[in-house]
Amino acid sequence: MFHYYLDLALRSLKRNKMLTALMVLAIALGIGASMTTLTVLHVLSGDPLPGRSAQLYYPQLDPQDMDGYREGGDPPAQVSWIDGMNLLRAKRADRQALMTGGAVPIQPAQASMEPFFEDARYTTADFFPMFDVPFLYGRGWGGADDEAKARVVVISRKLNDKLFGGKDSTGQTLRINDAAFRIVGVLDSWRPAPHFYDLNTGSYSDNEGVFVPLATSRDLKLSRNGSMDCWGKGSGGEDNLEAATCVWLQFWVRLDSPAKAAAYMDYLLHYSQEQKALGRFVRPPNVRLNDLMGWLDVNKVVPGDVRLQVWLAFGFLLVCLVNTVGLMLAKFLRRGPELGVRRALGASRHAVFAQLLVEAGTIGLAGGIAGLLLSLLGLWLVRKQPSDYAALAHLDVAMLLVTFLLALAASLLAGLLPAWRACQVTPALQLKSN
Amino acid sequence: MDILPILSTLRRHKITALLVILEIALTCAIVCNAVFLIGQRLERMQMPSGVAEQELVQVQAASIGKQPGANARTQEDLAALRQIPGVTAATLVNEVPFTNSSWNSGIKLDPTQKQATLNATMYFGENVVGTFGARLIAGRDFQAEEYLDFDTVQKAQKVPPQNAVVMITRALGEKLWPGQSPLGKTVYLGEDAIRVVGLVEALIRPALFGGDATAQWTLILPVRMNTGNASRYVLRAAPGERERVMAAAGAALHKADPHRVILEKKTLEQIRREFFQNDRAMAGLLAGVCVALLVVTALGIVGLGSFWVAQRRRQIGVRRALGATRANILHYFQTENFLLATIGIVLGMALAYGINLFLMAHYELPRLPAVYFPVGAVALWLIGQLAVLGPALRAAAVPPVVATRSV
Repeated sequence: MFHYYLDLALRSLKRNKMLTALMVLAIALGIGASMTTLTVLHVLSGDPLPGRSAQLYYPQLDPQDMDGYREGGDPPAQVSWIDGMNLLRAKRADRQALMTGGAVPIQPAQASMEPFFEDARYTTADFFPMFDVPFLYGRGWGGADDEAKARVVVISRKLNDKLFGGKDSTGQTLRINDAAFRIVGVLDSWRPAPHFYDLNTGSYSDNEGVFVPLATSRDLKLSRNGSMDCWGKGSGGEDNLEAATCVWLQFWVRLDSPAKAAAYMDYLLHYSQEQKALGRFVRPPNVRLNDLMGWLDVNKVVPGDVRLQVWLAFGFLLVCLVNTVGLMLAKFLRRGPELGVRRALGASRHAVFAQLLVEAGTIGLAGGIAGLLLSLLGLWLVRKQPSDYAALAHLDVAMLLVTFLLALAASLLAGLLPAWRACQVTPALQLKSN
Repeated sequence: MDILPILSTLRRHKITALLVILEIALTCAIVCNAVFLIGQRLERMQMPSGVAEQELVQVQAASIGKQPGANARTQEDLAALRQIPGVTAATLVNEVPFTNSSWNSGIKLDPTQKQATLNATMYFGENVVGTFGARLIAGRDFQAEEYLDFDTVQKAQKVPPQNAVVMITRALGEKLWPGQSPLGKTVYLGEDAIRVVGLVEALIRPALFGGDATAQWTLILPVRMNTGNASRYVLRAAPGERERVMAAAGAALHKADPHRVILEKKTLEQIRREFFQNDRAMAGLLAGVCVALLVVTALGIVGLGSFWVAQRRRQIGVRRALGATRANILHYFQTENFLLATIGIVLGMALAYGINLFLMAHYELPRLPAVYFPVGAVALWLIGQLAVLGPALRAAAVPPVVATRSV
């Protein structure tokens, strides 16, 4: 029976090509726009480290003086050197890393290459195991290298391709800011989106090309990027940040169970009280321990424009659907005589309804496929945009499925009302009127 | 034209008529809001900077390794840059408009205040006002002896009183002391009491994270930068000379000290374009969606109109046979469309207002000005009339003889 209905549907669609094209186009445009924007939103609000993010937490403390104090306010978004080092050395979490961003001049050994600047991350050793960073060659450095301010460096795959043609460069020397570093590891492709561990350097920026121990970066006075908030005495210059009353570092911990997270929260509170007793902190203890996704929420990393675009696209889809419902209704009602004949010859109301739904579904399927092609085109256009998340806009399997379900649901929804209305025909009346 | 017969016909096509109304209402609501949003973005892109945008270029250069004698290095660099033919001014600054990288500080009007009054940006560098081409509207520019080196300021916990002077923008003055002249007034930066000596028309802050309303909260301080703590060289030249000057400046800086990297050479116009690129893209996208919506709606009206005409061929034939003119038939369909469009527009206005309330709650947008409503209405009436014209003309062309034939 389905074959027969399909045959009838195709005949009917062929009879009025312009109208069919119009309905298919309307659904395709609506689906294409919706899926493009939804995919961008999906990519941008995704989990940067699936399977790991639930165990990663971002502790916050409030070391500021009473200037500007408001009860219930948020603690600063970063930590100072002293607090960061204290928390790092306490080792109360399963893993912990203290870090900040920067940019360093790379001086290639090849005479043919001019020196260039590369984004860098200055961090402690746990960064790599804590975030499950994949390595192509070698590995990260150890805690001893942190202590020794060792001149070791981990580079990204991209930088390794640029400098060493993709070959295993571990053990080789890389000149950075007039100092010789030993390459200990080369990362595999790794681009968590959002750039969750430091949102100051761009929420969706590419990850850094160079990773250097934090202590080494301070020893060599490598230049620092990102935001810094000061109070009281302030910084007194880039060279004295260790003693500065400024927050400028990010501190991440991994806590493998909720119980450990609760214990860590207690520890932060206890630490704040202790610091207050010592006179270093003056505000009442104010601590936070967001998990990774919570931290992204707090910072509202997904641009407002992207959400606005999704609303806009779904509004557009709604108009396209209403349009299609109208056209389909007009078309089905016009076929009253034909349907009347079918009913008179014994087709049940049910059968006529099914027949019309098959026709609606066919349009939906065609619209869905065209819509999918349009969303591929749309995403390609998004990737041409200059924003730093542009390169991330790709359709994944989940969104592909959503597209098809949306197309099918939309067209069946669009077909439901017209089909129901049309199968209400009274056969006798339709036959008589001619 | 009598509209009663039209209404009675529409009553027999209730659902279809309702769908047309709904489509027009939705389109009207979305288009009104989208046009409003486009207007907002275009207005934002016109934001005044207060500097001579067509004449400025920025060259960013960073040293490799430790550089002894950064002050001497800086003076040599600037001397080399000023010698480039066509350069009318050159300086080294800590920040440049539209670069999204800024130095800010909370300022107070009373040192005992617990909360800072507001957060303003701070421009450092020699002759910032002259080089950027900001317009001094009251008071004076800094004198040579008022300048201090940035490193000195940072190390000293207190600025000597004779150096504690600042120029501010007119907007910041109006914000801090409404209705009064800011000249001679004091602001507090940390512990330092700083006297306002000059007022500039405008100088935009480099990053607008605090919202567009804070765009002109700017301080200019007599602080000299050097290659150790700043990397942004700003040069001023005639618009036609900029490309050449930029290339020459890169070469001159490299020649003066080969042990550094030239990071970026851009005109301020380029930098401004990049700063507003998201707004431009969004405005383009909104415009595209508006056009697509209007086209889809128009095509929908054409499609439905064609159906109705085909369905009513007999009826039209009978009317023509009974004496109705072609114009009567044409007007019938045009009036029908006008009626549907009007109901749709009225509903659409209410919906547009609702959408605007939602956007205001979620995206910090202002209220939709009433002027957008008639614009949306006229647009949809026009689209409706244009779309129905084809089918209506076809209806008018139906010959009276149709009445006598059985279909």
